[in-house]
Parts: sequence; C-alpha cells; structure tokens
Amino acid sequence: MTTRFSAGIHGWLLLLPAAALLAAFTHFPAVATLVQSFRSSPKPNRPAAFVGLDNYRTLVEDPVFWQSAWNNVWYALGTIPLSIALALAMALAVNRGLRGRAFLRMAYFTPTVLPMIAVANIWLFFFTPQYGLLEQVTGLFGAPSHNWLGSPSTALACVIAVAVWKEAGFFMIFYLAALQQIPPVYAEAAAIEGASRWTYFRRIVFPLLMPTTLFVLVNAVINSFRLVDHIFVMTRGGPDNATSLVLFYLYEVGFKFWDTAYAAALTMVLLVVLGGIAIAQFGLLERRIHYR
Amino acid sequence: MRRIVRALAVAAALAAGAAQAQTAEISFYYPVAVGGPITKIIDGLAADFQKENPGIKVTPIYAGTYQETIVKALTAHKSGSPPVTSVLLSTDMFTLIDEDAVIAVSDLANSAEDQAWLKGFYPAFMYNSQTGGKVWGVPFQRSTIVLYWNKEAFKEAGLDPNRPPATWAEMVEYAQKLTKRDAAGNVTQWGVQVPSSGFPYWLFQGFTTQNGVELMNPAGTETYFDKPEVVEALQFWVDLSRKHRVMAPGVIEWGTTPRDFFERKTAMMWTTTGNLTNVRNNAKFDFGVAMLPANKRRGSPTGGGNFYIFKKSTPEQQQAALKFIRWITAPQRAAQWGIDTGYVAVTPAAWETPVMKKHVEGFPAAAVARDQLQYAVAELSTHENQRVTKALNDGLQAALTGAKAPADALRDAQREAERILRPFRR
Repeated sequence: MTTRFSAGIHGWLLLLPAAALLAAFTHFPAVATLVQSFRSSPKPNRPAAFVGLDNYRTLVEDPVFWQSAWNNVWYALGTIPLSIALALAMALAVNRGLRGRAFLRMAYFTPTVLPMIAVANIWLFFFTPQYGLLEQVTGLFGAPSHNWLGSPSTALACVIAVAVWKEAGFFMIFYLAALQQIPPVYAEAAAIEGASRWTYFRRIVFPLLMPTTLFVLVNAVINSFRLVDHIFVMTRGGPDNATSLVLFYLYEVGFKFWDTAYAAALTMVLLVVLGGIAIAQFGLLERRIHYR
Repeated sequence: MRRIVRALAVAAALAAGAAQAQTAEISFYYPVAVGGPITKIIDGLAADFQKENPGIKVTPIYAGTYQETIVKALTAHKSGSPPVTSVLLSTDMFTLIDEDAVIAVSDLANSAEDQAWLKGFYPAFMYNSQTGGKVWGVPFQRSTIVLYWNKEAFKEAGLDPNRPPATWAEMVEYAQKLTKRDAAGNVTQWGVQVPSSGFPYWLFQGFTTQNGVELMNPAGTETYFDKPEVVEALQFWVDLSRKHRVMAPGVIEWGTTPRDFFERKTAMMWTTTGNLTNVRNNAKFDFGVAMLPANKRRGSPTGGGNFYIFKKSTPEQQQAALKFIRWITAPQRAAQWGIDTGYVAVTPAAWETPVMKKHVEGFPAAAVARDQLQYAVAELSTHENQRVTKALNDGLQAALTGAKAPADALRDAQREAERILRPFRR
C-alpha cells in the first residue's frame, strides 16, 4: 500500500515539470481567454464587466468575420491538397538516383528555410503588374496585363500560391524520409510479379506512406489557419477584406483596435474549430492507417 | 586581502548608487519606417545628447514598424512598464489618450520658454498633435503627399517638362497624353498612379481636401464620409482608371509604386515626401516634385510620427524626456534630420538655418513639401482610430475594385464609423 502510494507520488513528481509548463502556457491561457470572451474590453475609465454572450453576438453579426471565415475555408481547400500533392511528387522525384539529386533536394527545401516576411517581399514583386515575373511570362503569350494582388478575384489565389510554395518543401522532407524507410525488397517483388509502377505506388508505397500523410495533413490543416505572415506584407487583408483570414482579422481586432474581449471570442471560435478538426482527423483517419 | 575586496565592493556600490541618483534613464521606442541607415543617425543623436547632458541617459529601442511599435508600447503600458518616450503615428493620439497612456506635453512644458518652443512648429503639423486645448504630441518625422513626375516622359508626350499639372482637369489631360498603348491595346505606360493598398484613406484625403471638404471634426468624434463632396472626390479617383483609363485598375500597391515610377510604368505618381531620397537615388531620368493638383483648392494631409511622453514614468524621467525632445527638435538638428531622411523639417526656424538653405539651393525639390504645408490639413484621426479608418479603407477599396459604387461604399463606411463613434459623443 505505502509503496504503491509512494510510487504514485514519484510518478506525479516526474510528471510535474512537464505538466506545470503545459498548464501555465497552454491550459491557463485557454481558460483565461474563455473567461475574457464573456467580459467587455477593459478601458481606463471603464473596467471589464461581465457581458455574457455579447461578444459572440457581435461575432455572428460581423460581416468581416464571416468573410474572413469563408476566405479561410477557401485558403485551406487551396493550400492543403495542393501542398501535399506537390510535396509527394517532389519527394518521389528526388528519391530516385538521378544526377544533381542533392542540389534538387536543397532547391525544393529552400523556401522552408526563408523567413515568410522575406518571401512575401519577393513575391510582391513577382505579382507586380506589367513588369513582375508573372506578367513577363503571361506577356510572352500575349495575355493582357492583370493586377493580381489588386483584384478581389485573384488576390486570394495569389496568397494561396505563396503558402503552397512555402510549405511543400517542408512536407517533402517528411515524405522523403518515409520513402527511404520502405525496404527495396517490395519494389523487387512487385517487379517480379509484373506489377506496373503505378500499381506499385498505389498498392504499396502510398499505403506505407499513410502515417506520414496523416502527420503532414494535420500540419497542413494547422498551417492553413496559422500561416498569415505574408498577408501583412502582400495585401494587408485587402482589397476590401478579400484576403483577410481569421487569424489576420484576430490580430487586427486584438492589436490594432485593442478590443481584447472580442479578440478573445474570435480566439475561442478558432480554438473550437481547430480542436474539432484535430479530433476528427485522429479519430477517423487513424483507424484506417497501417502503422508498422 | 579580503578586507580590500570588501572595501572595493562597498566603494563600487556607493559609486553606482551615486551615479543612479544623478542619471535619469530614458527608454525611447523608435519605429524604423523608412530605409537607409536611420538607426545609426538616431544612435548618434542619443550619444550627442548624452555628451551635452551627462545626467541623462537615452536608450533608443528599435521596435519595428509603426504598428509594431504601438503594440509594444501599449502592451508595456498595460503591464506597467512603458517606455518613457516614443515616436508613434500622430494619428494614434486619441488611442493613446483613451488608453490613458500618455501625458499632455503642454502640461509638462510649463516655462515660458517651453511654451514658446511648442508654438514654433508649423501649424499644419500641430493639427494632429493637439486636442481639447492641450498638446499631446511633438512633431518629429512628418511628411505630406506630393506628386513626382518624369520629365523625359513629359517631353516625349509633347508636354512642357517643367510644368506639372496644377488642377484635376490638367492632371487628367496630361495623363491621357502620357498613357501609352502597344499595338494590341495593352498599356505600356500609365499616366498617373495613386496607390491604394494598406492605407488608401491617406491618399484619399488628398482628393477630399482638394475638393474642399474635411473628413472628421477636430475632436475626433464625428466623420463625414458620406458628404456629397467626399463622394465626388472618390468618383474622381475611380474615374481615373474606369472612365479616363489613365491609371491601372484595381488596388495599386503602395510599396511597389516608386518602383513602377523608376521602371517608367507610370509617368506621374502620388507618394510621400519620405520617398524623396529613394527617388533621387534610383530614378534614371530627370524628375520633378510638385504639390498635388488643386480642384476647389490645393491640399494634402500631413502624415508621420510625433513624440509622446508616457504617463507611467517618474516626473524626473518626464522632464528629462522633455529636455531630449526639445533638444532633438532644435532648428539645427531638425534641419539635419530632414536632410538625412527626406522628412519635412518641422519648424520654420529649421528652414532658416544655413545648412538647410544650402541644401534647398542645390535640391529645390526638397522645399516643395514645406511650401505645401500652408494648404495641408490634419490626417484622418478619431477615437478608435484604426477601426474607423478600416471602415473607410474597406469602402475605398470596394469602390476602386468596382465592387460598390462610390456613394454606396462611402455610405456604408459612414454608417460603420457612426456605430463605432457613438459612445464618444456623450
């Protein structure tokens, strides 16, 4: 009895440093945010008061929030599949024994190493009408000049392209590592059986990569809500909120308007959505994945 | 041996205590808003000041952009340890007052000498620096919008290269001659470019001022976005691309506009005087700088940063900060600062210094912004400033991209501003 008790104490003590950090930097802020979202923003002459669901009511009626949310849906639908598919294709390309492989791998990985703000400044000039890189290419085909970042119809697609370009190289590294783990005997056996390369990929490589795909997918989903740095440089959410994402809007509300209570409500929404997606991903997909 | 060590330690502690009693340390947040070796200049100024005033130590802290700096300053204020002084946007005045973060400079500057100093600035720069009969900010790095034009392009189009457009009608007429199209009808050079990304309200204030209308009251509690003259001004801006076809359609990026000018993709551009040094270094052709064209009158808003003094610092620190601000805005240094950076020197006295006179003689374009100051108005600034300007910015961009008609866009912006400002009118 006493030994079991002391073993329990021992266990808790071992857990304490990690648990304390987790509680102080994750759980406490989350709870504090929840509490704050039910209060008004404190002002010097008007301390915070309990306002119930007022902040959430504002949120439901706020057209900019809804536009940011819809933009975010499109942003996620644009970046997630594209960056994963591109990462897989790049990993397969540099997994073979071709000349200059190290150089290619490095080239694919470079965008990941660059800071997002620097990247955005470079891309800003790529998208510049008339003499930007993109315009010079489309100009060769005689296409008329287009104001890529300045039109609501194309601005979101442009920031999606930058995010995909930035992320794909990072995901490629995980796929590459996973591909190197696949024993070559499978490929040999498949070759002896006369399976085509497509069948080999679909039936053997892709299923074996599934744990990696799940990991990458979770990251891609998180990034589609988190990766907003380039928007500050490229469009500042414009034109007319066409590229405003939820996190970008949250920053504006919290640190430009100093409406901390409303920002807390926005944070809670983001937290609930992300938590829901994470549960769905692990709960549904995990069962279908084969871990070695 | 041990005794000697102890004696030395005591002596050191005493010396440190004595030094502390003498030295007031002033932390100074400074936003780096323009290119160039600006931090080196600020470091040099702080060191010079300390040499002349051994009792005061100025510690500049480079805090990023204007936006990042006010976030850091206000966060520090809320946690109880703000900087003693900071350069922040002049338009942040109401925000800083509402957060009870700053102290009125006119309350600190009690002596007759101090009061005379506060009266020595250009009135145009003071509009955004005072409210309710008190001065809250001291002008430091200020600017206005000016028109840059490519003299070579003017010559090619058969225009007098030394005569910039003086009115709206002239600007449209010139721009039509300056807009070049290739055989397929694609534009290779636009006539004029007025950027509209990020903070279009500032450029828009050029149009509204010229159309003889103000966007807000000095108390910062009312806006007039839906007045007919304001709608007219926006209609003119929209027409530049939609009707006259002399400006690129859609939202034009602020950051790449000078580059468009260097690449001869636009023959005229509206941008800040702060770009003067940039244009001078990078334009491969002869260029001119002019006041913005007039409609009912000439006009431009002012822009840029003021010094503020934070409330949660000791009276000694506040007095020391005041001394530093007086020192750094003295004519000689204001003149040198203007020459080094391209900002408009903030006092008439600075323009009378020999060094500035010599500079203007060699580079007359430097004086255009100063001459425009007599027509300048306050930059849009209200309570809940960033929220109100966002409402206007969204409306302007909606109109410029064709999503809304100017009248509708401005009516929506005004309605939103009304909602935000209602609590401040009580």
